[in-house]
Amino acid sequence: MFMIDRRKFIAGVGATTSTMLAAPHVARAAGARVVVVGGGPAGATAAKYLRRADPSIEVTLIEANKDYYTCFMSNEVLSGERTLDSLKFGYAGLAKAGVEVVHDLVVGIDGAAKVVTTQGGQKFPYDRCIVAPGIDFAWGALPGYTAEAAEKIPHAWKAGPQTALLRKQLEAMPDGGVFVMVAPPNPYRCPPGPYERASQVAQYFKHHKPKSKIIILDTKDGFSKQKLFEQAWAKFYGFGTDKSLIEWVPASKGGKPTALDVAGMAVQTEFDTVKAAVINVIPAQKAGKIAFDAGLTEGNWAPVNKATFESKKIPGIHVLGDGSDAATMPKSGYAANSQGKVTAAAVAAMLSGKAAPTPAYVNTCYSIAGENHAFSVAGVYTYDAEKNAIAEVQGSGGLSPIDASDEDRKREVLYAQSWFRNITADIWG
Amino acid sequence: MMKSSFHRLLGVAVVAGTIGLAPAAFAQASPEMMADTCAGCHGTDGSSNGPATPTIASLSADYFILSMKDYKAGKRQSTVMGRIAKAYSDDDIAAMAKHFQTKPFHRPGQKVDAAKAKEGKALAKKYCESCHEDEGKVGEGVGVLAGQMLPYLQYSIADFLDGKREPEKRQKVKFDALMKDKGGREAFEPILHYYAGVK
Ligand SMILES: Cc1cc2nc3c(=O)[nH]c(=O)nc-3n(C[C@H](O)[C@H](O)[C@H](O)COP(=O)(O)OP(=O)(O)OC[C@H]3O[C@@H](n4cnc5c(N)ncnc54)[C@H](O)[C@@H]3O)c2cc1C
Ligand code: HEC
Ligand code: HEC
Repeated sequence: MFMIDRRKFIAGVGATTSTMLAAPHVARAAGARVVVVGGGPAGATAAKYLRRADPSIEVTLIEANKDYYTCFMSNEVLSGERTLDSLKFGYAGLAKAGVEVVHDLVVGIDGAAKVVTTQGGQKFPYDRCIVAPGIDFAWGALPGYTAEAAEKIPHAWKAGPQTALLRKQLEAMPDGGVFVMVAPPNPYRCPPGPYERASQVAQYFKHHKPKSKIIILDTKDGFSKQKLFEQAWAKFYGFGTDKSLIEWVPASKGGKPTALDVAGMAVQTEFDTVKAAVINVIPAQKAGKIAFDAGLTEGNWAPVNKATFESKKIPGIHVLGDGSDAATMPKSGYAANSQGKVTAAAVAAMLSGKAAPTPAYVNTCYSIAGENHAFSVAGVYTYDAEKNAIAEVQGSGGLSPIDASDEDRKREVLYAQSWFRNITADIWG
Repeated sequence: MMKSSFHRLLGVAVVAGTIGLAPAAFAQASPEMMADTCAGCHGTDGSSNGPATPTIASLSADYFILSMKDYKAGKRQSTVMGRIAKAYSDDDIAAMAKHFQTKPFHRPGQKVDAAKAKEGKALAKKYCESCHEDEGKVGEGVGVLAGQMLPYLQYSIADFLDGKREPEKRQKVKFDALMKDKGGREAFEPILHYYAGVK
């Protein structure tokens, strides 16, 4: 009896909510044009969810490449656990959602005339523009490391051919070789990424080249999920013993690299020259080039209103994902996907003359540190209007517990793989 | 109506009864805004592509609310949901429950062991069907088993048996009967293959 009463009650509440949502638009965004620059997690999600929010909006997505290779799970390609092909996504899903997809490089965004220009000479007028260009590298931050040098010493921090190159080098490396990774200064995309990479490479070495060694030369004195990584490294790779596969050298212990000798395959630090068979430099990072060219940046990133991701520099343009300065959220694929949805809802509302809705954001990031061994960080965020900040909900989120059972670490591997399938389907499917 | 007397649900019902009354409910993010943040892990509109993370689309609101509150209170084992659920108020949870309840559970068909599934179908009829009706598709208060991710179902049973998740009293009676009649924990395996394979 009681159940039935309650169900009726819930139904009543539901009715109120849906009436609110179904309220006729005051002014529909009919025929409004939105141009999205960049088809990574941030841009592709924004494009898709804009069509979901209001199918009357004409959405054009301009992406330089025909295929997108996810960085997420690319460390698993380095260990041989995954193929590069499994990271490849096309844009047919977006086209099916009614997004007009154009493959070209955007070379200009005129915020006054509201026109986007491409290298191919096409012009796309817009009512609102969404810019999601990801990152670029601050070449020269490490003397000796240039775009050209990356053909020999890969960064593999944009997935695709760079990932394949690093994998090839690791495979060709003789047993007993030294692999040096230069870890970047904050902020950079995927804070736990370099350390997950070291774990994956260690897993490969353990089985195929057990006499080899990994040295992480770090520009920092600490890193994301550090205790969890160190615990996993101790469990699987002898970390903390003199037989450790992984050695981490923090900045305070002389780990900070000062120069790269490309021809000599060596990294210079304050006190030392470290020679290596394979080197991976993860350079310092900044917003993607087009954000600078369009005048959207301040310092290295694009400042935005955190509720709408509208640029603080040029009205009518929204910047999100790795290129924006949404600093409290890490630069991650999950964050980019979440921001894409907030932006889509804001843009749809603004185009029909309404206030942007209250945002909600989530980030999670899995790291697979060994066989049957993964852990995660999770964060749920709300908007703090007073500070224009994305604020973590107190008492929630955080890391997988340090004392989690082996069973839970194992489950997190399967959940990480599920995350990959679900988020990629949500973005490009 | 045996479902109406699942005593653990009554407590939830009382709390759920307070939703529309809280004025704060209208300042919160919309149900879809909150629900869409879950898609990265659970799939668009809550339908998972697997291999393990469960589909949350079509879960009955009372079961959804019970699950989120158990996660929040640390009463139900989880790898990550405990950390996530803590961010949401009762109103938030009720709003998302309403939202996901209306979304379809996509069942593209999971790969299962056909022989096991056949054996499991007969066992399910005897030991499970009374609560998990219509091939496990009807989930008022009990979760949806039909087409749910196989590893997730296996984890759930392990958690019930290992005392990491509290089974409902009569559910436990059936579990004990199954294990007594059919030789222990292994007896669940064919049943789970059957449910996971339902299209
Ligand atoms: C090794 C590694 C592991 C990672 N693991 C995870 C993980 O486990 N979980 C997680 O959540 N995140 C992870 N990340 C981070 C994640 O990859 C990034 O945060 C995410 O890709 C950011 O998305 P974005 O859309 O902002 O940028 P991007 O993915 O860089 O996309 C930008 C797109 O814009 C296009 N573009 C740029 N400029 C132009 C232009 N002028 N014209 C046309 N197109 C243009 C580019 O071609 C690109 O496709 C990882 C990253 C790395 C490197
Ligand atoms: C980081 C990935 C992740 C995110 C984000 C996430 N979940 Fe989950 N969810 C899981 C996993 C994994 C489980 C299985 C329990 C566990 O180990 O945590 C689960 C289980 C659940 C269940 C139980 C399903 C059942 O059949 O009993 C519900 C309900 C749920 N999640 C709701 C949500 C909601 C609502 C959100 C968004 C507010 C959300 N989840 C966000 C990963 C996630
Ligand atoms: C007397 C009723 C009843 C019977 C019989 C029953 N269950 Fe359940 N089942 C429940 C209830 C109630 C829940 C929700 C428990 C909770 O979370 O508090 C549940 C939950 C579950 C879940 C977790 C679902 C999820 O999404 O997390 C699984 C798996 C499950 N049951 C399997 C079975 C199997 C297999 C059988 C037969 C051997 C069975 N149940 C028999 C009542 C029953």
